[in-house]
Amino acid sequence: MTTLLPRLPRRTGAGLLSSARPLRMLEALATPHGIDRYLELVSPLLTVRELRAAVVDVRRSTADSVTLTLRPTRQWRGFQAGQFVSVTVDIDGVRRTRCFSPASSQHRADGLVELTVKAHADGLVSRYLFEHARPGLVVGLSQAGGEFRLPAQRPRRVLLISGGSGITPVLSMLRTLCDEAERGEYDGEVTLLHYARSASDVPYTAELDELAGRDNVRIVRVYTSDDSGELTGRLDESHLAAVAPWFAEGETFVCGPASLHDAVRELYETRGIAERLHVEEFRPSLPGIADPGTATGTVTFARSDVRAANSGATLLEQAEAAGLRPEHGCRMGICFSCTQVRTSGCTRDVRSGETNSDPDTEIQLCVSVPVGDVELAL
Amino acid sequence: MTITLTEEQVDELGRELDAIRQRIVDDLGAADRDYIYKVIKAQRALEVGGRASLFLGFLPPFWLGGVAALSLSKILDNMEIGHNVMHGQYDWMRDPAVNSKMFEWDNVCPADQWRHSHNYMHHTFTNVLGKDRDIGYGVLRMEDAQKWNPYYLGNPIYAFLLMMLFEWGVMAHDLEVENIIAGRRTWAETRELRRGQHRKAGRQVLKDYVLFPALTGPLLLSTLTANATANVIRNIWAFSIIFCGHFPTGVATFTEEETENESRGQWYLRQMLGSANITGGPLFHIMSGNLSHQIEHHLFPDLPARRYPEIAPEVRAICEKYGLPYNTGRLSKQLGSVYKKIAKLALPFHRDGGVDEAAVRIVRTEAAAA
Repeated sequence: MTTLLPRLPRRTGAGLLSSARPLRMLEALATPHGIDRYLELVSPLLTVRELRAAVVDVRRSTADSVTLTLRPTRQWRGFQAGQFVSVTVDIDGVRRTRCFSPASSQHRADGLVELTVKAHADGLVSRYLFEHARPGLVVGLSQAGGEFRLPAQRPRRVLLISGGSGITPVLSMLRTLCDEAERGEYDGEVTLLHYARSASDVPYTAELDELAGRDNVRIVRVYTSDDSGELTGRLDESHLAAVAPWFAEGETFVCGPASLHDAVRELYETRGIAERLHVEEFRPSLPGIADPGTATGTVTFARSDVRAANSGATLLEQAEAAGLRPEHGCRMGICFSCTQVRTSGCTRDVRSGETNSDPDTEIQLCVSVPVGDVELAL
Repeated sequence: MTITLTEEQVDELGRELDAIRQRIVDDLGAADRDYIYKVIKAQRALEVGGRASLFLGFLPPFWLGGVAALSLSKILDNMEIGHNVMHGQYDWMRDPAVNSKMFEWDNVCPADQWRHSHNYMHHTFTNVLGKDRDIGYGVLRMEDAQKWNPYYLGNPIYAFLLMMLFEWGVMAHDLEVENIIAGRRTWAETRELRRGQHRKAGRQVLKDYVLFPALTGPLLLSTLTANATANVIRNIWAFSIIFCGHFPTGVATFTEEETENESRGQWYLRQMLGSANITGGPLFHIMSGNLSHQIEHHLFPDLPARRYPEIAPEVRAICEKYGLPYNTGRLSKQLGSVYKKIAKLALPFHRDGGVDEAAVRIVRTEAAAA
């Protein structure tokens, strides 16, 4: 998921290596930097191995969201409706990566990928894309990932539930199923139940109206700040009974804020049909940043599969106390031997006292102390 | 010359230098990224241009131009890009292309081995005799305190050979051959290192001495000579800049006892006293990888090197404030004093306080107010 770590050169896939021998020859000539490090200086889209994408269209459909259409480079292997990709941009010199779910159909004929990004007040990447994205911008792209997707054997009845910007992966599912229905490959029934603050907060209004007119498709919009929607209030069993009385026999896919997830999950668990529920969990829950100086929380060394209570010492000392032997050198923040990726959580730099909680950030273990829960890739 | 500073003064000096570092860290951004990419672009263009013009190497101007471009490319790659990137100066960009752990340079020494011997051993234990293996690289006598023996009569010859073969010397440095000879290390322990060196050097040799020469067909020998020349020019340049960093007259060395339980301020002090700068224009600074600002580099090895000229006047002012030397001079002066030292120390009778000028000693007094 992170583009921070080196992607090992792939020798398979993409068909571009049908001429593997000349490519290997070029790599030998381009050692130690690799061909892409030369080609990208000519054009960032010329890369042989790295996947990137050019923004070809930008639309701002609501006051705080932007819809980008991307043309991935030829390494792109496509996605399945519901999956996410990570997008990388350089903001003030720093490479930032965030995950977004494509909203387009996985069968889109022109191969383009559509992302709708909601600009969050403290969302560095989403705000950057909202403010600065324009046709021609080149972004880093990852291959699609994630288990939130339609089963290969399409369910007869599909209930899609989304809240706010969580509409994108379920819209992708809806569009994909509609494309399949058009080709005669799917004849099931799909219902989309979408929650938003108001009608003006919903991107894709025109398209949803169009899709709602199709056979076997039902689209219900609910607005939490007014009564202009088809239903009112927050999700409860009566909403499900009204829009998809068959929900206990169909498959349900949910993406939205944690409160929506919790409400649906509770309902399905009470009914004993939790296995019919599929939830997109990729949105990282931001941990509350603890007061620096008081040692709380747990340090997780993910690769080593070791957990330890935060002792308040530096992460290097804590790793060693937990029996790990991470590479290190000076133990004073000079040599960078102990740099590791902090996948989540907040740490404080003992030299400057500054705290930082960006996900997937490289930190020097010897001068970083955890503030609350921290997970390292170590 | 002996300078007396109180512990409070040393702590204060540490805080002042910390403040400079923090100010630059807070200011890092797009301009630093643009800069390093501009240098990378120049380096890659010089490399491609140099290699291309060797296809016309039968015409002397193209051969010479090719050698010049390739030499400049290798110098930029190793110094302003490689050395600085591998210090982690651009890790904050989170860009794999300029990340200290992922970067490889156009040099036979594997990046990971160099990072250990340089970033850790040399930068942590700068000029500490017995710990900083960069003092003489295990083959030269560069300090009075290194005990003389007849082997050192060859000091100038070893220095010349090291200069010509510098990249190979830097690679072999990690094997710690002198420790193997002294019985502190076994040959078997170097197996992993040798495997890495074999792999990295193999690729470099294949590229410079087999593939590119072969591609130029009948010009095979001409291209091979050109590539070898470029490698040697880079070796001479890197050796000269690096030896000017710590060995000119007046640069201090330290003992292990002196540096036990050092405070941050004391560590800064040792870095300042143990390094020397070279004066020159902006282009000279870039070609030296800004190691012409060795003092600033040793104080802040993880700040992007393009910032060193910017903070140099402040560092110099701090030195003046505390009466500390700020060792700087023209390349010819610094290099001259290094050559003189190499020649003099070949002989046995230059020992403590001998003809070699007195190094600065710091007496650390207990807090006067205590």
